Formats: sequence, C-alpha cells, structure tokens
Amino acid sequence: MWLYEKKLQYPVKVSNRDLRMAKFLLTQYGGPDGELSAAVKYLNQRYTMPTNRAKGTLTDIGTEELAHWEIIATMIYKLMKGATPEELRRAGLGSHYAMHGDALFPADANGVPWTAAYIQAHGDPVADLQDNMAGEQKARATYEHLIDLTDDPDLRDTLRFLREREVVHFQRFGELLDHVQGYMNSKKYF
Amino acid sequence: MHHEQTKVLRELQELEFAALELNLYLDTHPEDQDALKTFNEVVTRLAKARINYEEKHGPLLNFGFCAPRQVGWQWIEEPWPWEI
Repeated sequence: MWLYEKKLQYPVKVSNRDLRMAKFLLTQYGGPDGELSAAVKYLNQRYTMPTNRAKGTLTDIGTEELAHWEIIATMIYKLMKGATPEELRRAGLGSHYAMHGDALFPADANGVPWTAAYIQAHGDPVADLQDNMAGEQKARATYEHLIDLTDDPDLRDTLRFLREREVVHFQRFGELLDHVQGYMNSKKYF
Repeated sequence: MHHEQTKVLRELQELEFAALELNLYLDTHPEDQDALKTFNEVVTRLAKARINYEEKHGPLLNFGFCAPRQVGWQWIEEPWPWEI
C-alpha cells in the first residue's frame, strides 16, 4: 500500500520559463538513469532481498525516488507552462508537442520513451546492490551536468538537493552490500 | 501561495526530511540508539507540525490518514504541489 502526500519533498521554484532546460531535465524524468528507473528498479528488487535491512532500505529509498520523480515533473511542468507551439518547436520540443501536446511524458531528453529495458533485477542481492550503487553515481553525474546547464539559482538549488540524495543513497546501498555479504558468508552460501 | 503557508510548509518539509534521513540511516544502523532517540524527537515535532498545517490548509495524506473533516471535503480544494 502507498499513500500520497500532497506536498513536494523539497520546494521547486522556477524564475523564468526555460524550454531548453525543460527538455534537458526530461532525462531525469524518463531517461535511463532517471528517477522513474530508480523507483521501479528498487521497488521491484525488494521482494527477493535476503534480509529485513535490505527489504526495508529498498522500500524506503524506492519510495523517496517517487518523490524525486514528482520534483522533476514539477520542474518540467513549470518551465514549460504557457509555452506556445512555436516556442516549443524552436526549443526542440516540436516533436514532443506533436505526440503529447502540453502533457508530460516519461521520455529522455531526446524524446526516447522510458523502457523497463533500462533496469534489471537478478535475484542476486550482491549483483543488484552493486547495480544500484552504480545507478546512484550515474544519477549524481547527470545532476552535475544539469546544474552546469542552467544559471537559474532556484533551479540549481533544487538540483543540488537531488544530487546530494544520490550521494546518500549510494552510501546506504554500500552499507547494505557489506551487511548482505556478511549475511551470505555466515550462511556459507555462494 | 500565501507567505504564511509557504513558511509552515517549509517547516514541515524540514521536519519530514529529518525523519526520512534518520529512517534511511536506521535501516542500515538499527543498533544506533542515539539516532533512534533523535528520530523519536523529530517524530514528536513532526506530528505537531502536521496537525498545525492540516488545520489551516487541509489534509496532507489521502485515504483517511487525516483528522475527521469538519469543514467539507478539502482534499481537492487546495492547489496541487506542481501548481504552487
């Protein structure tokens, strides 16, 4: 069961409409290393984790990723709000408008739709946790690229928060990997 | 959004963030009694902040996780997070 909380995890303030930045941010909405990928990956992997720590951490981080997905959606929505089709076309979002109008859609910055092929689950906790640690680093790098692409101080502030969360999640997954490896060695299970 | 609402929302976001961060930490450090103590302190403050916010600005959670609604169905009246 999940509940919806009618607030953002972190405030999103946008100074000006910026369609090019909205297009770039799509990579974290529906791209390979984006928040949707992370949420689906963790919430799907948790069922076959061997320990309660691992099941709990994947449930909680997976849930936080959904909150980040909402933050990214809010940024894109605000950056695109009120744009005309001509303005969208000039910003490289003409094909987005043709297919989706003003709606959001989980695709990457080049318009390639999100696919479950971006994620994996091996049922092997060491492989899955290493994959998740790599995923957090890839998302961190992506946020650094996005921060480089805007000079809007409010947008940068929220992107810095999201970048920092990737670092914390990487740390938690690393601790979990140590714990799970200890557990598996104690079970003499290879 | 009204300035007062922005302020109480920000306080709520700060307390919820502290609770979330301690929650993730405790998932991988369940034996840490100091962290548990801090978590419990945050939970107490968060409960108060949540009641205070919901009295003025309507429910935060769906599916009945709020006080009984005395003034009508506020859930769909207040603006959505991407609109404020």
